[in-house]
Amino acid sequence: MRPVYMITGGITKFTKANPEKDFRLMVKEAFDYALADVPGLGREDIDGSVCSYFSDHFTRQLKAGAMVQDYLGLCPKPSRRVEGGGATGGLGFQSAWEAVASGRMECCLAMGFETMSRVNTWKGNEFIALASDTNFDYPVGGFYTGYYAMMVRRHMHEFGTTVEQMAKVAVKNHANALHNPYAQSPARLSVGDVRSSPMVSTPLTILDCCQMSDGAAVAILASEETVKRLGVRPVRVSGLGCGTDAMRMADRPHGKVPLLPHEDEADYAQLKYPGVHSFRGGRSAAAQAYAMAGIRNPAQDLDFVELHDAYTSSEIQTYEDLGLCRYGEGGAFVDAGAPFLANLDYGLDFSGMERFARIPVNPSGGLLACGHPVGATGLMQAVFAFWQLQGSIQKHLGDGTLQLPEPRRGLIHSHAGTGTYITVSILEAE
Amino acid sequence: MNKNAKLPETEEGTVLFNVDPIMLKYHYEIDYLHSYAQDSPFFAGLAQKKLLGSHCPACETTYATPRSHCMDCGGATHWTELPQCGRVHTFTTCHFGGEAFLKETPFTLILVEFDGAETLFLSRLLGADPDEVRIGMEVQARFVRNSKFLATDVYFVPA
Repeated sequence: MRPVYMITGGITKFTKANPEKDFRLMVKEAFDYALADVPGLGREDIDGSVCSYFSDHFTRQLKAGAMVQDYLGLCPKPSRRVEGGGATGGLGFQSAWEAVASGRMECCLAMGFETMSRVNTWKGNEFIALASDTNFDYPVGGFYTGYYAMMVRRHMHEFGTTVEQMAKVAVKNHANALHNPYAQSPARLSVGDVRSSPMVSTPLTILDCCQMSDGAAVAILASEETVKRLGVRPVRVSGLGCGTDAMRMADRPHGKVPLLPHEDEADYAQLKYPGVHSFRGGRSAAAQAYAMAGIRNPAQDLDFVELHDAYTSSEIQTYEDLGLCRYGEGGAFVDAGAPFLANLDYGLDFSGMERFARIPVNPSGGLLACGHPVGATGLMQAVFAFWQLQGSIQKHLGDGTLQLPEPRRGLIHSHAGTGTYITVSILEAE
Repeated sequence: MNKNAKLPETEEGTVLFNVDPIMLKYHYEIDYLHSYAQDSPFFAGLAQKKLLGSHCPACETTYATPRSHCMDCGGATHWTELPQCGRVHTFTTCHFGGEAFLKETPFTLILVEFDGAETLFLSRLLGADPDEVRIGMEVQARFVRNSKFLATDVYFVPA
């Protein structure tokens, strides 16, 4: 396989409802932005596309991807749809990588969207819950927040994680988003605000959960020859992994923790894994991506992470799957301040960084604050990671606050269901 | 040929939700024929007040939520009756939910663990206030009398 680079990206502002624009126009906006950012790059350079969107129920339009391809003026070039629940965008990104790595295309467009405002929030939750087993899970009270609430309840039981630690994740991501004009719900919050907001599924309040959104995002991936021809400042996609788990979280048998290079079997002698408190697919995806990118100790070898924080709880669970800290340490990792940006004041007191390496997580604001238009989300992460590594946050956000000092390597993580599909991709500045 | 051909019009209106942009509101409903297929014996079992799981004879694994083939070896499993007493593995009380379940809120979901089974079973817990539920508490299966052939034909109460 040959090296693959991300050469540009674009996103629309994520909003609760954008009835002024349909999915075709939103993707076109993101696409035109991405093209305009690279002088000399035009539609004629795109060899084909991958379109990522989750639910046909939300669009009430089958084969919506074909309409996007048409609207962007890319017919009769190759295209396909990729779908895998919440991980749809991450899977689309990796599918575009495959098209270039294999030599099938020199330049491939990954384009994703979701328009979730076409139904009310509770009907939307019902649609999302249809992505759980419709024989055994959905009819019992199908509700993803309920599933995640059960998972974190077990995480609290096993490891002593607290609701205040979870609330600090919401404080962090909403505060980061104050400097991201693309984000849907930037806010300055306190732990008290999060805990006193309406209870959705105990112990998760509404501020522990991401919001539904309308939005689109694109990432354009290309070969080395294309990068040289265009003279762009590329970011190399140096590692990829994808993991899966049983559709029903009730079905997860117990086994041993698949270890990362910096971990020891003795760390987890007593741990029944993955149970419902951890994501085996996330650990598996991370292990593959780290092996490919030559990462030995992720918290030291990575400069930032954009991960799938559909819930504050799943951000904490994912720190552990990615090996930023050990299983069970996710809550303490937050208390220490490790995933926070050094240059922002969050109104929180941290316990100190003796145990952990600082690694900013979701500097963009993540799903919690940016919103989660499902098929666009994984690509939104790619775009923010790309701008970080290019050093172009100021240019694209009109505010340089979130720009990390010379980051070399970032990780993006896309996640579906109760952990059914999970992708991890590593991006590196050249 | 008729140059004056006209489409017959009806008196039915359209619900305009918004005018700029134009947004229509309409109802969408379908009848669907959902087959439980190989999972059918589980739902027949609920009607007989039995909780059926699956057992893989090769791996000696018992699945508390049935599956007709083993996730480890791929071999066919056989049906096995589960105990009707178990323990709460984890729980939540839902104050909101998907639209179909909003009218039932608040309701408590639990994952039940059974002695002798390697995996869990999702169900509802009745008869306990949200702050009375604990991980590890013993629960007992109950079955609705008028079977609906849904997974909710079984629910749990404190033992």
